[in-house]
Amino acid sequence: MDIIAGQHPNSNRLPACVIIFGNMKRLLSGNEAIALGAYHAGVRTATAYPGTPSTEILEYISQFKDVYTEWSTNEKVAMEVALGSSYAGARTMVSLKQVGLNVAADPFLAAATTGVKGGLVIVDADDPGIHSSQGEQDNRHYAKLAKIPILEPIDSQSVYDLMLVAFDISEQFDTPVMLRTTTRISHSKSVVVITGERKPRPQDIVFPRQMQKYVMLPINARIRHPMMEERLVKLAEFAETFGFNKIETGGENLGIVSGGIAYQYAKNVFPGATFLNLGMTYPLPIKLLKRFAGLVNRILVVEELDPFLEDNIKALGIKVIGKEFIPRTGELSIDAVANAAVKAGLLTETKPLDKLNLPNKLPMRPPLLCPGCPHSGIFYVLSSVAQRLKLPGSKQTDKPSPLTITGDIGCYTLGAYPPLNAMDTTACMGASIGQAIGMEKAGISNKVVAVIGDSTFLHSGITPLIDAVYNRSKITVLILDNSTTAMTGHQEHPGTGFSVQGEPAGKVILENIVKGLGINDVKVVDAFRIKELRAALRDSLEHNVLSVVIVRGNCAVKVPKKVNPRAIDKEGCNQCGICLLIGCPAIQTEGKQPVIDQTMCMGDACTVCEQICPRKAIMPASQIKAGVNK
Amino acid sequence: MEKWDLLLTGVGGQGNILASDIIGDVALAAGYDVKKTDTLGMAQRGGSVVSHLRIAKKVFSPLIKEGEVDILLGFEKLETVRWASYLAPGAVAIINNFAIPPLSVNQGIEHYPSDDEVKSIIKQRTDKIYLVNGTQKATELGNARTLNIFMLGCLANFLPFETKDWQTAIAQHLPERLLKLNMSAFALGRKEIR
Repeated sequence: MDIIAGQHPNSNRLPACVIIFGNMKRLLSGNEAIALGAYHAGVRTATAYPGTPSTEILEYISQFKDVYTEWSTNEKVAMEVALGSSYAGARTMVSLKQVGLNVAADPFLAAATTGVKGGLVIVDADDPGIHSSQGEQDNRHYAKLAKIPILEPIDSQSVYDLMLVAFDISEQFDTPVMLRTTTRISHSKSVVVITGERKPRPQDIVFPRQMQKYVMLPINARIRHPMMEERLVKLAEFAETFGFNKIETGGENLGIVSGGIAYQYAKNVFPGATFLNLGMTYPLPIKLLKRFAGLVNRILVVEELDPFLEDNIKALGIKVIGKEFIPRTGELSIDAVANAAVKAGLLTETKPLDKLNLPNKLPMRPPLLCPGCPHSGIFYVLSSVAQRLKLPGSKQTDKPSPLTITGDIGCYTLGAYPPLNAMDTTACMGASIGQAIGMEKAGISNKVVAVIGDSTFLHSGITPLIDAVYNRSKITVLILDNSTTAMTGHQEHPGTGFSVQGEPAGKVILENIVKGLGINDVKVVDAFRIKELRAALRDSLEHNVLSVVIVRGNCAVKVPKKVNPRAIDKEGCNQCGICLLIGCPAIQTEGKQPVIDQTMCMGDACTVCEQICPRKAIMPASQIKAGVNK
Repeated sequence: MEKWDLLLTGVGGQGNILASDIIGDVALAAGYDVKKTDTLGMAQRGGSVVSHLRIAKKVFSPLIKEGEVDILLGFEKLETVRWASYLAPGAVAIINNFAIPPLSVNQGIEHYPSDDEVKSIIKQRTDKIYLVNGTQKATELGNARTLNIFMLGCLANFLPFETKDWQTAIAQHLPERLLKLNMSAFALGRKEIR
């Protein structure tokens, strides 16, 4: 077998798909099944930018040493690298989250126009329910826009099986193929019987110059467009007998058309119905759908998010019901489909269990910045300069803040929450800088600060910063450099100097980029030195020029050892509550008395609370005499 | 029909995802269909973490229907209460007697439910409540991180799988140097509920 089985010193920390191959029946997540399916299909290149829920796909496949894998700078670049690799004849996969395809939309449409040489599969992971995204969108529309096929798996087995055929479809029809998962498919584990294996593929890695196919001058693009239309017709014909478009015969009273995870909920709710499960949800098999319609009295379409199948089926003249009952927003579930079925008169209502009687509202547990997070200090300073810090129990004031803080996407978006309250916008990757320029140019009286992380800056913050230079903007840009892509689980990026495999890689220096753009007011400050952070921010705000402050400090998760955890000397503490304003999870209260959880505090690596304590009552626990601090 | 719908709840870092992975492998080895899904929210530490695990001859939805959970394995009290409405009447609730107060509680804005409140809420669905001192036992054993395996020991009393299958699955998921300690935690958990 092709696997590293049992040889790797950390083999039990590797994903299940890479270890143990004596056993061919495994519990795999959807993302593991994608990686393994692509590998067995002969994928030679895989590219991605991290994004929940698609991140792990590249991490898994990077464990196979005979695949070229890279974290690309952003999704657009990932798509372009993938396209070049496909043109050269290599089977290629690019994996991204739903909003990642927004970033990659331009090369995505271009790929759909030129077609491919080596099979090109675009794994698109949508996020119904918005578990970890800035919006909810149904990317099946993108495939329709691009006139390419969509494969939609229902569990890890079908993920694996569809990956095995996706590359063949891509090559047969000269088209990129979208394999669309959702968070629930990508992040659920189910049983996979592993039937494939990595076989040597004929080596045909050469780019044949073909101007009409690869150079999209208008004269050539005009030739490609009718070919794309013909391709769709051929794909629809292929879909008629495609083995993953399956009728499961049940009662004739109700027919369910479904695809993706929604199929599973519908199977639980309507065990007796006749099903048409579509493994290819675009283009649709017209004859198969008409035959199905003849088998049943009425048809309900069960799908998550938009009425994509429903509208396309209705356009064929087949009568169906769907979104008048099935929710258009959020994730579906057995409960959601069952409630819809009751509304549609397809199911009689069962008596629900009594609602639980809760004596008090349960406290929420929102995600937090970690103890020792390098973002906490700068957000505390921003909040302080913006006059937004509010001691526990003090009254809300309506006093306007003198600062507007445009924000971006990463762990630091959590700075928007109390007690920090230090982020005013979050739209999409890299938007903070452009938004800040726009606010300034529109003429708001506040000073404007843009806050962006290192990985996000490299992803899409550089072009708007060039705009700021060019158009003589006077904003301040804070680049929070924790030397990792923390939010998605600590992936490498061009600024870390390491590749996805953990090997040394080229390293881009942030301050060199910024200075290279012609910005003169550039400061680099330690993320854990409060006085210096405050001085740098004040200095940048006072001078009416474009300025950049790089706030540098390691992500707390990457700090190897906790040394000298801090504690609060209760004799010295007057319970003012200022230490609580950092929002550090290690600082808790016993009654009114703040205390520091010794097991959580990052100690010498942070010391932010010690620096802001006005009574100097926070110090290494070892310095507090026995008996003073319990 | 024979089925076990399990909900594992806790706070990021407590190890309940690893625990649910182990249960899944034990059930697969015993010949069942298994589906497992974790809801993590934003991928941060210290947030709520819930795993749905479904075991039967054939499983469709990976998410359990509200009111149909057979066994709830709660690693933290508040996170257990939060999911109480998922319990089927008469289900088993195994709760680690341990509180991790969220920031809003620490700042005095919200109230953490008392032990009586926890019990009274769960009791609206079931009387089969097992409050276990998992964190304390795991700490006494020498490593608080063995809590998840201790909880599996508690759970094993309610599932029809062989001890050796549990041990095999645990060994597949943990580095060798931690095995002995974790096997002790499993045995302790097993004895915790009689």
